[in-house]
Order: sequence, then C-alpha cells, then structure tokens
Amino acid sequence: MSLLIKGFPKDFFSLLLFRFTIFTAIALTWQSIAWLIASPDFPSLFAVIKSLHFHLSEGEMLTNILITLKRALVSFILAMLLGGLLGILMGINAWVNKLTDALLIIMLNIPALVTILLCYIWFGLVEAAAITAVVLNKIPTVVVMFREGARAVDTDLIAVAKIYQVSPRKTFFNVFLPQLYPFIIASARSGLSLIWKIVLVVELLGRSDGVGFALNTLFQFFDIAGILAYTIAFVMVILLIELLFFKPFDKLVARGRHFDRT
Amino acid sequence: MIELNVTIKNKFYADSSSAVLAEIDFSVESGEFVTLIGPSGCGKTTLLNMISGLEKSTAQEISCNKSRNKSSQGHYLGYIFQQPRLMPWLTVRKNIELVLQPEQYHQISSLLLQVGLADKGEYFPRQLSGGMQRRVSIARAFAINPKLLLLDEPFNSLDAPTAQRLRELLMDLCRQKGTTVVFVTHDLPEAILLSDRIIFMSNSPSSIIHQTIVDLPRPRKESGIAELAWQAKLMAQFPDLLAGRINSILE
Repeated sequence: MSLLIKGFPKDFFSLLLFRFTIFTAIALTWQSIAWLIASPDFPSLFAVIKSLHFHLSEGEMLTNILITLKRALVSFILAMLLGGLLGILMGINAWVNKLTDALLIIMLNIPALVTILLCYIWFGLVEAAAITAVVLNKIPTVVVMFREGARAVDTDLIAVAKIYQVSPRKTFFNVFLPQLYPFIIASARSGLSLIWKIVLVVELLGRSDGVGFALNTLFQFFDIAGILAYTIAFVMVILLIELLFFKPFDKLVARGRHFDRT
Repeated sequence: MIELNVTIKNKFYADSSSAVLAEIDFSVESGEFVTLIGPSGCGKTTLLNMISGLEKSTAQEISCNKSRNKSSQGHYLGYIFQQPRLMPWLTVRKNIELVLQPEQYHQISSLLLQVGLADKGEYFPRQLSGGMQRRVSIARAFAINPKLLLLDEPFNSLDAPTAQRLRELLMDLCRQKGTTVVFVTHDLPEAILLSDRIIFMSNSPSSIIHQTIVDLPRPRKESGIAELAWQAKLMAQFPDLLAGRINSILE
C-alpha cells in the first residue's frame, strides 16, 4: 500500500489534468459530429451518458463489468505464470527451446476464435472452458516476451552469484528476475489489453453474463448508445487499473536504473 | 590458510581448435601475493576463471591444499572482476547482503566504513562514481572473508590517484586478513608495487616464461627510486618480457 501512495504525489494530478483535457477534446468532437450527422446510428454524447446512467442505476452493468474483470484477472494471472515459466525455461535451456519452438509458432498463429470454439466444444459451455480459452490465447505471447528476456540476461552478473555461492532462490529473485522486469511489464501491459478483448468474445459466444454477453444483447436490440456506454465504462476501468497498478510498478522497476541522467 | 597449485597442459576453448593455454605450472603459498603479467589475449582471464571454477578444469589442473578445488568445499573464494559487476537494482548495502548469510549482515556497516563508503549504503550503484563502485566490489569480495582472492585487472580505467588509493586499500585488507592473492594485470609498476612474486606469461598459447620474487621492502612507493631501479634492472635483463618474449641468451 505504501508503494501505491509513494507512486502518486508528483505525477498523479498533472497526469489527471492532461488526460482530462484530451477527453474533453474527444467529447466535444464527438458531440459536434453527432449534431452534424443527426443519425440514430451515431448517438450524441448526451444520449450515451444517459444510457450509461440508466445501465449503471437500473441495468446490470456493474455486475457484468465485475464478472468480466474477474475472468480477465484470473486468466491474466494464469497466463503470466504459465507463460512466464515456459518462456524462462525456453530462454535458458536450448533443449527445451528446440522441443517447444514449433509448438509455440503454431500456438501464436492459431486464430483466437478457433481456440475458443474448440474449448467450448471439448469442455462444454462452462466457466473453466472460457478461462482456458483466454489463457491459451495469451500464453504464447507471454512466452515470446519472457524467452527474449531470459536470453538477454547478463551472464557476467550470474557469474558473480556463482562465485559467491549465492543460494539459487536468492540468485533467482535478486540477480535473474530483476533483469526480466522490463520484459514482464511489456508483456503484462500488452497482455491485459489482449485478454479483455478475448474475454468479451468468449462471453459473447458461450456465457450468459459479463460485458461480452451484455454487448451481444444490446446488439440484438440495435442499442448503439448502450454499446458505447459499456465501452466507455470499461475504458474507465482499464485506465484506473493502469493508474493504480502499472504506474507504481513502473517506478519499482525503474529503481536504480535511471540515475545517469541526474 | 590456503595453498594453490596450478598444473595446466593445453587448455582449449570449447569452440576452437587452437589452445589458449599451453603449459602453466605454478603454485601459490598461503598468504602470498602473486601477480600474473602477460600481453592482452594471452589467456590470463581464462586462467583465473579456471581457478575460480567458472571455467571447467580437472583435479589435476587446479587444486587447493592438494585437494580438488571445488569452490563449494568450504574454502572462501573472492573474485574482483575487471568491471565492478554490481546489481544495479540493489542498493550498495543490498549488494553486499547478497553474498552473505543473514546472521552476517551486521558486519556490513564496518566494512563500508573501511572502504570509505559509510554513508553510501542506501545508494544505488549508478549513483556512485566508477571508483566508488570499485570500492563496493572490493567490500563485497572481503565481506565473505576470502581465503583466496582473485583479481582481474581491477584498477583499469580508473584515474591514477583513485587507482593508487584503491591499491592501498587492497593491500591493507589483504595484510589484515592474510589473504592469498592471485592478481592479473598488464601494468608492471602496479605489479611491483603489490606483489611478493611476479609470473610472466607468453603470447597465446601461453606458458610461463619467467618468474621473479619482488625482494623490495614494504611499504613500497609508486614510482619510488628503489621500485623504479628494480623495474629498470628487470627490463635491462629481459627487454621483451612484457611483449611475452624472453631473450634466448639467458636460457
């Protein structure tokens, strides 16, 4: 918690102001275009906000967002752990790499939709199948990132640990893993965005709750304002995660790395 | 107390057919400060890596106290590399904690005091100058109370006064603890300043071409008259010694 608070003070408000300005500009543009076109296919910002208010107060938007977030989070953690482990193994062991390289390329290029459909067909329309489908889609990209990271590890520093007989656990957490942090951050960032996009498709195809399901329903009724309201709500959530989680983590990773400038 | 024996016949790199070391045969007595001098590329670092166990070797090649030099067998090995090799994401204090057991952490403060970095414990390595980083790497090596200390041109790329201060620091610590030292350099005055004995190596595939005991009283002075005279005498006797060649007249 102290880490979160430490991450805030200087940047937090200027960042907020900057983003607020950009959002205002987008909102104004949107509103003017809507007035110009005056078509039911392009609802005005007010209509969308009205819809957002409606879904928040009377619909199940909050529940749906929480359900989707939970799925995204579970898949994210699983994919990062499994993909990270495999990636590190492939990066440090040429034999494992040879063995799994072809599989990795196949996995990277199988369309997300195929994985999702197969998971639903094989495991049934259940929660586990949904999570598995998302995880399988994300793992290969995590593996690629971690493998590059493990390959780039400085063997000179590993030699220091070897000479001074640093225990394997200490070596991993204090010498090896910190060298991987930039790669972990990159894959976490790209990972979260990929995952929540796939989660929506998974929900649309085989779940009866979550944002994906809600969007499908709105689509049936051609409720464009509703679809945009959901999008806005979800973007807000993602921005909040970025601000609360990734920014402080960025600071942690930057420790000791950027003093050359000062 | 530790005594080191090195007997190498033809050391190859894994991916090359030409030998880097031909025939190297020497031993280092307990508490002795031995310097290896040779032209660059003659395999000095390879030799140190073999002694340290970073490079593979056999029991016949490297042994400590007449037994297999397995670096984990309870004798303490310190290695000061050409670069300080500190973990940039750990503070100075954490860098030293890395090589210690938790019950030894209390020694760190006095160690930092000894190398003149008492107030720099919470700094990250990149916040320090090159000389200070070097001092941290010296502190790290002495933290484990090494019986055998290997140094690979540790004072390269430092300005002369800084290098001189660090040499004095090194000598103080070694004398205090009775450390056995194998020091690699290509700087003859530095070797004369520090060593009990100097071993000269030839070009690769290298062998020992000359050994000499430095019979000068301590403390020695950098560019002192006795030191310069000693060096001049050696150079007059073997003009091509530093290029890795010895005159045939004296063989």
